[in-house]
Amino acid sequence: MDVASAKLIGAGLAAVGVGAASAGVGYVFGSFLQSAIRNPAASDGQQGRLYIGFAAAELLGLMAFAVAMLILFAF
Amino acid sequence: MAASGKIDPMHQFVIEPIFGSFGHNNPFVFTNSALWTLIVLGTIWLFMFGGMKRELIPGRWQVAVEGFIAFVDDMVNVSIGPEGRKYLPWVFTAFVFLLFANLMANMPFGIISAAHPFTITAQFTFTGVMSLITFAIVLGVGFWKHGLHFFSLFVPKDAPFIFKIFIAPIELISFLVRPFSLGLRPFIAMFAGHVLLDVFGNFVVQALNAHSAGGIGITILCFLFIMFVSMIELLVAAIQAYVFAILSSLYISEAVNLH
Repeated sequence: MDVASAKLIGAGLAAVGVGAASAGVGYVFGSFLQSAIRNPAASDGQQGRLYIGFAAAELLGLMAFAVAMLILFAF
Repeated sequence: MAASGKIDPMHQFVIEPIFGSFGHNNPFVFTNSALWTLIVLGTIWLFMFGGMKRELIPGRWQVAVEGFIAFVDDMVNVSIGPEGRKYLPWVFTAFVFLLFANLMANMPFGIISAAHPFTITAQFTFTGVMSLITFAIVLGVGFWKHGLHFFSLFVPKDAPFIFKIFIAPIELISFLVRPFSLGLRPFIAMFAGHVLLDVFGNFVVQALNAHSAGGIGITILCFLFIMFVSMIELLVAAIQAYVFAILSSLYISEAVNLH
């Protein structure tokens, strides 16, 4: 296998991490909605924490994307 | 670019000189990045000074500007506490600059090909420097207020001693990674979105050039997808600015209050 095709396969494998992060983001919003529907009065005060959790989950997916881009364009 | 058949999504992020050229003799070159930074700053300036009228009965514009300020002021007060007002200038600056830069990059100025917007927040130099300023504030405030007691930030308060030994290095590493992750987040979000838009925009043109029935179908699908991604991009632009502001105020709050 030459380097160019190995590069493409590696970038494709790195993109799998984005899917894992999507599960994480879905879990963050899903569990927020579950608890927000149980106690709607308290949900507005937790918006900030919701977005912090979302940002933390999203960052890891973006890292996978960054790795894919590094493999494709930096080497 | 599109006609040659090879899609090059990185071309839109290249910093090119507008006047003069890069060289050893002239280190200060006016680039497209500098131009779009000035355009974004001019837009913010117009928006802010258009609304800072201090009228007793505010007009629509003044309500919009005051709403922006009240939004960030609330966020800072909730996460930092009564001292939060001191840190409002930086958090507000970061929020408004990121928001306007992200939104301006999504505006369809590209109809005139010379006015194609350059995404300044898709450069790590911008967002990285902004996160470095946040951490300069965190370290400065932390050591100014608490002295060497600032290091107790890394040690959980009511934990058994053996537990503390293991937690402290992890907390230290987590603290050291933060400036990196804070700047990386808005950068990659804008970068990824614009790569996606560029790739699918090329698909539209290439499928249209194929002159077949299937090509038309792919064109319509890709065009609808671009519209969807553009709307998501507007959402992401606002969310990333919000997340940067709220995380900055959270990190400053840790330095001010030590837990």
